[in-house]
Amino acid sequence: MADLAHSSVHGAHGATAVREYHLAHEPHPENGTALGFWLYLMSDCLIFAALFATWGVLGRSFAGGAGGAELFDLKLVALNTAFLLLSSITFGFAMLRKQVNDKSGTLIWLAVTGLFGLAFLAVELYEFRHLIHEGAGPQSSAAMSAFFALVGTHGLHVTFGSIWLVVLMVQIAKHGLIHENKRRLMCLSMFWHFLDVVWIGVFTFVYLMGVL
Amino acid sequence: MAGLLAGCSKMVVLFPAGDVAAQQGRLVVIATLLMLLIVVPVIFLILLFAWRYRQDGKHAQTDYDPEWHHSTKLELVIWSAPLVIIIALGALTWISTHQLDPYRPLDRIAAGKPIPENTKPLEVQVVSLDWKWLFFYPEQGIATVNELAAPVDRPILFKLTSSHTMNAFYVPDLAGMIYTMPGMQTELNAVINKPGVYKGMSSHYSGAGFSGMTFKFHGLSNADFDKWVAKAKAEGQPLTRNAYRDLVKPSERNPVALFSTVEDGLYQRVLNLCVEDGQTCMHETMAKDAQRAQAQTAARKLAAASEDALCTAATRTDLQEF
Amino acid sequence: MAMTEHTTAPAHWLLGRITWDSIPMSHEPILLWTFIAVCLGGLFVLALLTKFRLWGPMWRDWLCSIDHKKIGIMYMVLGIVMLLRGFADAVMMRLQQSMAFGENMGYLPPHHYDQVFTAHGVIMIFFVAMPLVTGLMNYLVPLQIGARDVAFPFLNNFSFWMTTAGAVLVMVSLFLGEFSTSGWLALSNLGHQNPGVGLDYYIWSLQIAGVGTTLSGINLLVTIVKMRAPGMDMMKMPIFTWTALCTNALIVASFPVLTAALVLMSLDRYLGTNFFTNDLGGNPMLYVNLIWIWGHPEVYILVLPAFGVFSEVVATFSRKRLFGYTSMVYATVCITVLSYLVWLHHFFTMGSGASVNAFFGITTMIISIPTGAKIFNWLFTMYRGRIRFTVPMLWTVGFMVTFAIGGMTGVLLAVPPADFVLHNSLFLIAHFHNVIIGGVVFAMFAGINYWFPKAFGYKLDEFWGKVSFWCWLVGFWVAFTPLYVLGLMGVTRRANHFEDPSLQIWFVIAACGAGIVALGIGAFLVQLGVSYLKRDQLRDHTGDPWDGRTLEWATSSPPPQYNFAFTPVVHDVDAWWDMKKHGYKRPLSGFQAIHMPLNTGSGVVLSVLSLVWGFALIWHMWPLAIASFAAIVIGAIVHTFNYKRDYHIPAAEVVTTENARTQLLAQHG
Repeated sequence: MADLAHSSVHGAHGATAVREYHLAHEPHPENGTALGFWLYLMSDCLIFAALFATWGVLGRSFAGGAGGAELFDLKLVALNTAFLLLSSITFGFAMLRKQVNDKSGTLIWLAVTGLFGLAFLAVELYEFRHLIHEGAGPQSSAAMSAFFALVGTHGLHVTFGSIWLVVLMVQIAKHGLIHENKRRLMCLSMFWHFLDVVWIGVFTFVYLMGVL
Repeated sequence: MAGLLAGCSKMVVLFPAGDVAAQQGRLVVIATLLMLLIVVPVIFLILLFAWRYRQDGKHAQTDYDPEWHHSTKLELVIWSAPLVIIIALGALTWISTHQLDPYRPLDRIAAGKPIPENTKPLEVQVVSLDWKWLFFYPEQGIATVNELAAPVDRPILFKLTSSHTMNAFYVPDLAGMIYTMPGMQTELNAVINKPGVYKGMSSHYSGAGFSGMTFKFHGLSNADFDKWVAKAKAEGQPLTRNAYRDLVKPSERNPVALFSTVEDGLYQRVLNLCVEDGQTCMHETMAKDAQRAQAQTAARKLAAASEDALCTAATRTDLQEF
Repeated sequence: MAMTEHTTAPAHWLLGRITWDSIPMSHEPILLWTFIAVCLGGLFVLALLTKFRLWGPMWRDWLCSIDHKKIGIMYMVLGIVMLLRGFADAVMMRLQQSMAFGENMGYLPPHHYDQVFTAHGVIMIFFVAMPLVTGLMNYLVPLQIGARDVAFPFLNNFSFWMTTAGAVLVMVSLFLGEFSTSGWLALSNLGHQNPGVGLDYYIWSLQIAGVGTTLSGINLLVTIVKMRAPGMDMMKMPIFTWTALCTNALIVASFPVLTAALVLMSLDRYLGTNFFTNDLGGNPMLYVNLIWIWGHPEVYILVLPAFGVFSEVVATFSRKRLFGYTSMVYATVCITVLSYLVWLHHFFTMGSGASVNAFFGITTMIISIPTGAKIFNWLFTMYRGRIRFTVPMLWTVGFMVTFAIGGMTGVLLAVPPADFVLHNSLFLIAHFHNVIIGGVVFAMFAGINYWFPKAFGYKLDEFWGKVSFWCWLVGFWVAFTPLYVLGLMGVTRRANHFEDPSLQIWFVIAACGAGIVALGIGAFLVQLGVSYLKRDQLRDHTGDPWDGRTLEWATSSPPPQYNFAFTPVVHDVDAWWDMKKHGYKRPLSGFQAIHMPLNTGSGVVLSVLSLVWGFALIWHMWPLAIASFAAIVIGAIVHTFNYKRDYHIPAAEVVTTENARTQLLAQHG
């Protein structure tokens, strides 16, 4: 039984001030993973903000070459976007399965999410190849440099997210939906949805506003 | 202190020979004095309190008040006194920054000396190269390397650019400094009020030869300035594109060079990064980009207009736009 | 034109662009001697480690440690070691500038001189000031808030080693290749397509260290938000913790912009993109903006913890509660927010219009209001106090006077037309050294002297501390007053040669000042040595050698690994002072097992791999770059498969530790 450290002080007029300086049960600090990961996402958001700003400044300088309207295939971008948005939904399903401790259900929906993510990346890589083939690669002008940097950084994030997804699937398969894995799922979930939000920005400011 | 006073006359920032620089230098002094109003008493109090309340002094015994840590009145003073100074300084800043905007044409030659009617500023086009300065005089049709001259009491309009990297054009006696950037043009309005030889430099580090990027600026009487121009016309070489190409090659501490004629449009080519044949001029590229953007907007409006089955007043106005 | 690679020889498939010419020592005698000295010194240290069989303990107890206290100490060591290198660069510059007039070109050719001033700036900001500030925050914040460690102990270790990896890369550039010549923010690189390895060393050392810093920012933010002891509301936190909170918010909210700016520059260099080129649409002004949007918050990242140190020191050594706690907090938060609204004042002369310039000038001036409020608050803490002039207090008074003047010259420069004549001059140099040395460096010495007994169990020698202080104070003013004068004479910065011999006397005086500062640094090193030798006489037995006010003084010196046997409950600002006032008695029994994180070597491994990756990218060693990057990813994944991250310190061990302390306290009252 912990020896409660309280102290009494007899004041000048005989009054006693009792202050407890320790608790009966040692407090355990709240887990900060969610907040920490959120802060990391905000720092990542700032990197994207800088890249968006770069697009804002340089996005009309095509060095006299073809511009967004000629280069961007909105149908392909719509397909891309559909894949990514769907992957967010399927991740949501995975989280719902996690809530009821359904390990196999979680894994299945994670796998579907991963497949959508890979589909997104495949379409994006195809688009990049096409642009480079058309002479609108990252070296062709400042606008295209900005385009590739912004969209490419997003794509890199999706790539690393996908690797993380596979690793986490292995870890869940191995250890089950233990507390630690649930926390990791929560972080990956935040990451995945964040990438979705960034994509909506890319889709709007780069593709739509570049073409329309 | 003595050293400071002896150096005072050399403090060109405070005692320059040009009106714009003089106004700027005055601002340095005024801002300093405004702030000393706070800083001097504060430093005095710091030293006073440090001494007065030292542990083995008597005030540490008699005045010791360990629980005194708040006073609303004092906080109000602490926040408002600097605020008042900053409001004054802020107003001064707003006004003087607009007044002394390097792009703004001068409104006087010096204190009490307005600009005479029909005075055209002397235009000098400045190009910072690695690691020397090239000055074009479009009005006179000459150019120089590492030597600048201007008649006293005539406004000068500098238009500045750079060949490869950022520099900053600075003649302390004239006016403040301004960056020079490739593919871009900055402007500086200045005037020199006293004849003399003044130093000029680059004040933005630009590579190995940066320290040698100095030049002399001559403030000359009208007659002397005409003589100077004539000297360039007589002794100088023509500044052709070939000659410019030689200048572009990195070199340090170039001796003064004078050019009697300047190839047509050379400065514009330098500014637009298309001195060489086959290089696209920047202004053309920028125009193409702008045109393409405009064409896009126009096409969009056209498409939208043709989709409107109803001809309303609004649509008709849209059609009329182009 | 796009930035293309400029190689004189075709690159080797494995060794990239390393050749025998990359070793500069063959043609630079200064470097050769430095290398020999470093080798001898290094061998000596290695010999000592082997002789005293310290390899094992060093790996287990220090390199793998996730204890915030050990990590904090290692940051401080890194900062102090790099201070010696950065100061050596300063001395070299002062020497060159005091002799290179007219015919005399000095002893440093421009290419070398330009690397020296670049390295000086980069090292001092990124590898001296940042580590020292981070080290203090790391050591103190958990103790001050009554916690046992930071929120993410492994990340803490990783952050430290990433910062060290960055420092190592900078040091390697001395002996293999060269360092950047483009200044500490690489502004002169724009448009110049500097193809050498120097700029790549710069980019990768900053990127790697930047990862560490950003993660550390997140770590400390979460720690302060989530791990405060019960009863410690935000407005009962120690003021140093408040400044740490704001500083880390600034870190998280600004370093990503630096990362982005350097990535864009790397893309220009490695892939030939057109972000900052002169043509094809590139815009160097974009780089200038991005880098300063980071750069200005950065200097507040350095100075806010300094303000925090002074707040603690002035309260303790005036034996009085800090005056105006609430307004100090608001002032700190104001400064934090405002620091994002001023960045353009670093390039008033780039030609933005008058309204833009005036706006940023005015916002810059507004920051001086909360800063001034802080100075007043320290002043009124001293008022009616009982001031002991210990070494930390000396530093504090020196700071208050020095910083007041430095801040004043800053407000001066904030008036755009005034800046037009003083930008990039030696006046500017004097200003920022005035605030960084007077603010940050002075604070670090105050903090080191103040908290050294807590970290190591014995005080620092007072005499040598005072010698160091006076040498620094006098040396600083002798070194930089001439620079203010020279700036007013129209002399610009970063020049390695001057034509006007009448300027020489000022530079000679400045060099003398640097010499006096060198004595100050020497005295500090002597202080460390003498204190170690006299440690028994200087021993801190109680854990509270200064009669302190905040919770770190409630622990033993040094604290046990778990910091607090029982987490304290906080009732007031200056929690420890409050406890002492109310007759707090330390519990003598009832100790339980304590849950602690486990040491791990993953941080070191991943950082070494990052170092290799950076090195490979610098030298265009593509196979090595790919392999090391893959190793980093795989290493990180492997690390995540380790679920055993914690353990419990058995109750018996806690009992033993606490009983030992009880005995010690009984013996020394």
